[in-house]
Amino acid sequence: MASGHVMKRVKYKTSVKDPGTPGVLKMSGDRIAFIPHNPNSASKLDVNFRSVKGHKNTKEGSNKPPWLNLTNDQGGSYIFEFESYPDMHICRDYVGKIIAKSGEPAKAAPAKPDMIAPDEQINTAELEVRIKLLREDSELQKLHKQLVIGGILTEAEFWATRKRLLEREYGNKRKQRVGFKSAMISDIKPATDGRTNRVTFSLTPEIILQIFAEKPAVHQAFLSFVPNKMTEMDFWTKYFRAEYLHSTKNAIAAAAEAAEDEELAIFLKHDDILAEEARRKIRRVDPTVNIEADQGDDYTHLPDHGIFCDEAKETSEPQYELYKRTLAHDINRHAAVVLEGRSVEVELEGTKTVAEALARSKQAEAANEDSAANADQEWLKRLSRLTEIEDLQAPHNHPVAPLCIKDPRDYFDSQQANAVKILGEDPLGTAKRKSAVNSNEAFGFLRECISQVKSVGLHDPIVKSKDALQVFNALAHDISRTKYDVGKISQESALDKLPSTTKEQILHHWASIQELLKHFWSSYPITTSYLYAKVDRLKEAMSQIYPQLEEIKKSVPANHKQQVSVLVRQMHQALDSAFQHYDADQQKRSAKSDQRLNGMRE
Amino acid sequence: MAPAPSKLYADDVSLLLVLLDTNPLFWSNCALPFSKFISHVLAFLNAFLRLHQLNQVVVIATGYNSCDYIYDSSSATSGSSGTGKMPVFCSKLLENLEEFVIRDEQLEKGGPGGGIASSLLSGALSMALCYIQRVFRSGPLHPHPRILCLHGSQDGPEQYVAIMNSIFSAQHSMVPIDSCYVGAQNSAFLQQASYITGGVYLKPQLLDGLFQYLSTVYATDLYSRGALQLPKSVGVDFRASCFCHKRTIDMGYICSVCLSIFCKHHKKCSTCGSVFGQQAQSDVASSSNKRKMSDS
Repeated sequence: MASGHVMKRVKYKTSVKDPGTPGVLKMSGDRIAFIPHNPNSASKLDVNFRSVKGHKNTKEGSNKPPWLNLTNDQGGSYIFEFESYPDMHICRDYVGKIIAKSGEPAKAAPAKPDMIAPDEQINTAELEVRIKLLREDSELQKLHKQLVIGGILTEAEFWATRKRLLEREYGNKRKQRVGFKSAMISDIKPATDGRTNRVTFSLTPEIILQIFAEKPAVHQAFLSFVPNKMTEMDFWTKYFRAEYLHSTKNAIAAAAEAAEDEELAIFLKHDDILAEEARRKIRRVDPTVNIEADQGDDYTHLPDHGIFCDEAKETSEPQYELYKRTLAHDINRHAAVVLEGRSVEVELEGTKTVAEALARSKQAEAANEDSAANADQEWLKRLSRLTEIEDLQAPHNHPVAPLCIKDPRDYFDSQQANAVKILGEDPLGTAKRKSAVNSNEAFGFLRECISQVKSVGLHDPIVKSKDALQVFNALAHDISRTKYDVGKISQESALDKLPSTTKEQILHHWASIQELLKHFWSSYPITTSYLYAKVDRLKEAMSQIYPQLEEIKKSVPANHKQQVSVLVRQMHQALDSAFQHYDADQQKRSAKSDQRLNGMRE
Repeated sequence: MAPAPSKLYADDVSLLLVLLDTNPLFWSNCALPFSKFISHVLAFLNAFLRLHQLNQVVVIATGYNSCDYIYDSSSATSGSSGTGKMPVFCSKLLENLEEFVIRDEQLEKGGPGGGIASSLLSGALSMALCYIQRVFRSGPLHPHPRILCLHGSQDGPEQYVAIMNSIFSAQHSMVPIDSCYVGAQNSAFLQQASYITGGVYLKPQLLDGLFQYLSTVYATDLYSRGALQLPKSVGVDFRASCFCHKRTIDMGYICSVCLSIFCKHHKKCSTCGSVFGQQAQSDVASSSNKRKMSDS
């Protein structure tokens, strides 16, 4: 279809919104050239196919015009708008073939086969999996090259038989989410320069996210104050001042400061949002969170469990209760956040973005919780869905029905009855009985033999030496015959003795024959014209293998000829039976159509 | 004779269970007369017992209507030194054999009469395995057991399931089943038995040299076998018997649930009761036909 070169009228667009420059697209050899109708136009193009990494196209039937989008290795793309879909398809196939030939990484990109079944659009994720598989398995790649690029099988057909492989690969891709660190945020230690009284806290978006998650009130305050009421710097200064007050455990001082500064008070008071949520939270632990152990877990050798907190100076006057925060509070809140998992999947860049993303996810959650009426039900469902942690699951198998043999006696009785019945009826059995000597005579004869031995005694000698020698020779001959050893000893296979090129050839042929036969047999019974065409294609391909096998046989050195011919014979047999079936089916078909014709004539 | 610390006496002490085919219908047609056959066997057993002081032989007669133990070297009294014609154990064995044949014949008269000329291999195998299990369980030490089938009658397909069960149980208890087949055609049952249990199957070409075959191939203990090149079977007949009519078949139907074998399509599996689908009768026939491999 796309043999030497392709030339089509197209509009070349540098971007999707670009109206496009009309001109001629010419693809030949390994180059793509675009020549605009207007020779003064700047948008000339002449690139090597090697720089083209992939291609996409609009689907027929969608409302879009026929576009072909070639992505190059710099991340840019060339978009061509064709006059019709058939034009575009021709070019696309051409591009596909060229890319397939030019580089392995792009191997699976020409995923568009010659004959497209209408539902053959595959998503990029699947494509990536395929590419990965091909790259990892050179055998598979060879096979793919030969069969798919060679046009014998379509891409979809090729992969249809490897669903398991793809599934497994897919399965590996879904990973667990990373949770929060188990180090507590109260552990953020200030850095002092030692001379002045200033302390410096260094905050990363990571820490900020954790602070927001653990302290919704701080989050709330950040959203409402920054940057309208105060700068981010001021905000965090206040926050750490509050933290400092907490850490001194001086509830009285904290109360005093809070009275002066209402913003500071927010940080010092108990978190209302927290209290409100607390109970619901308990039931919403996501079982799939990967609670990764890190340095924060390694606290046993540190005083106070390494947590930057001092429980010793507790004051317990009730009026200051509001400003008192216990270690238990902190730990529980931290644990809750860790268990909840990280629901924000943003690039941790600015504080603002972090705050907003967290707010969004909170809103979404809140929205979910509105339907709290059937929350229990949902939760159970979610639990059962989420607790499927893939690395703890057995592979998905087909459902099984246990074997039940109802009553073994029943079975044996029926077998017995059957056997007796058959023995009575079997013509073969009766014939044998008649041919045999009367059983009475037979028993008599046997008894006679025994008494003869009893009276005469053992023969002397037991065996004639001539016979013994003959037996020895026969046994030795049998054992030393190599014929039985070939292929019988598992340690060394016959293949290993062959030259490596021949071995590879044979293995490759065997793999491709197997692949072809698999497709061949799976297309029977032929019910659609699509299958019919497929079988024809496969038959063509298989018939081409015969001469190749003969060639291998000829090319091997004489001392390996026998082994190779044994191997090749098996391949021949497998192919022969396929051809036989094909011919038989063909005959049946023609007979049927003849009948139909006859029927119509009558 | 210091006992080894393992359950075995020593690696070269054997317990040999000989299954002797005494099917009169076979022996009346066989090229090798039974008298010759039995003298070869007796000589072999004598030689075997002399190989090691602790070697033990148990002979089980595989009859036409029944099976029985006819000799056990462990219970034999070694009193008199024989008649001069033959060792005392031989005359004892022959005596028992004669009695067994008479009993077998009486059963024949009382029985339904007729049948094909196969002997009760499954019964004899079961008895041998039972004996071996008893040996395993009794006493702190036991010899290394193996079974030797000296068989000539053709396979009785009706015994297929029972024989296969015995074979698998022998395989499970690691007892090799050796077989020496003196009949005309190869025996698929014995081939499979030896193949599965790791024993030696042999069909002697020259029946006059039977003793030589027996002593060359079957006399050595299992430990020494590891160092010997013994005859290997070229091909094993893996054909099965159908469960419904007990015919030996190449192609048949397999119950997808319990793997029972049938020669015809059934609506329902007689073993497990699974109901087979009815759709597309002809397609089912062509696709579910299973071809048994014959490795030759």
